Amino acid sequence: MSHTSDNALHAIIEATGDLGFRDPLAGVDSRLPEGAAPADLAAYCLMLGDDALVMSHRLQQWCTRAPELEEEVALANIALDLLGQARLLLSRAAQIRNGAGDAGRGTAEGAAAGRWDEDRLAFFRDAAGFRNVRFAEAPHDDFAHAMVRLLVFSAWRLALLDRLSSSRDPVLAAVAAKGVKEVAYHRDHAAGWTVRLGDGTELSHLRAQRAWDAVLPEAAELLHVHEVEGRLAAAGVAADPSTARGELEDVLARVAEAATLRHRPPGRAPDGGTGRYGVHTPELDSLLAELQEVARAHPEATW
Amino acid sequence: MIAGDWPLWEVFVRGKRGLNHVHAGSVRAADAEMALRNARDLYTRRNEGVSIWVVEAARITASSPEEKDPFFAPSGDKIYRHPTFYDIPDDVPHI
Repeated sequence: MSHTSDNALHAIIEATGDLGFRDPLAGVDSRLPEGAAPADLAAYCLMLGDDALVMSHRLQQWCTRAPELEEEVALANIALDLLGQARLLLSRAAQIRNGAGDAGRGTAEGAAAGRWDEDRLAFFRDAAGFRNVRFAEAPHDDFAHAMVRLLVFSAWRLALLDRLSSSRDPVLAAVAAKGVKEVAYHRDHAAGWTVRLGDGTELSHLRAQRAWDAVLPEAAELLHVHEVEGRLAAAGVAADPSTARGELEDVLARVAEAATLRHRPPGRAPDGGTGRYGVHTPELDSLLAELQEVARAHPEATW
Repeated sequence: MIAGDWPLWEVFVRGKRGLNHVHAGSVRAADAEMALRNARDLYTRRNEGVSIWVVEAARITASSPEEKDPFFAPSGDKIYRHPTFYDIPDDVPHI
């Protein structure tokens, strides 16, 4: 196997000149769709990108703590998929914020001139600037919590990405088309574990039920429609989260039944005050302190 | 945690260009379905494969190192079993 891996690695290096840590949007059509305010589109990319970035970090925290080595690799793979989606979406948000011109991005001069890029968005915003749903930032109390949370998050995100693959924004459509395959696997992974735990031993059932009862009431937040999402959905650019309810409820009901869990469908969506408005729990502060620590301590560092 | 509860599975991956499944390594898993998924995450992360087989390691019957001599040595000196006595024409490629 090792020679195959080496070849794949060499292919990446040959194609990109490095390990691929460069503009993730290079070569992608960056025109803005008509009928959508650039500020709205940038805000929307930030929402979906922050969801992925924050959820990815929560999953990364399982590294060295997962119940099995194989499961640890699986969770790290899922976290990396989401990190890849976050890079594309934050880069798109930065690209739009910077306007049409692209000179100076990623350089010290660009940063000094107030230019945005994915790193600045990820590492140099405080919690109040993040637009992820609070559902993504909650700590994973135990493995059952992690799997139930990942199941709900992935089922919801898959419904959104499915709709976004026909978005009028070419970048969102491309990100979504790639993400659909990844998130479908994440959802199946989490569903498989939820069924194993729920329909497992007496203890695993008890803990899975406890996780289900703790996580499901939070899912209503996912179905709230921020005004930016509403406007862009009307313009054929964004996915309206409220339309994901049917698919989300269907998936959750089926998994709960297979897992022999007492189900409670997500309640009515809140009217506002969600993570989409920058209203977060203190848990996000501590998550960001960890996520941003190195970048803030060594802002000029490269490797 | 204790991994000893889960049986060991041997993983065979068929590469994109390869003809046969090749032994890639092993994983621990509770059952065959989980073994396939774990193998997918461990051995095809870099797009190495298009097909995976898993088989419980305990189900494999293997030749033992002690019987190495009578098992393999008799074929060692029979060079006529190798197709090395043919002249290959210059215009025959890929050999």
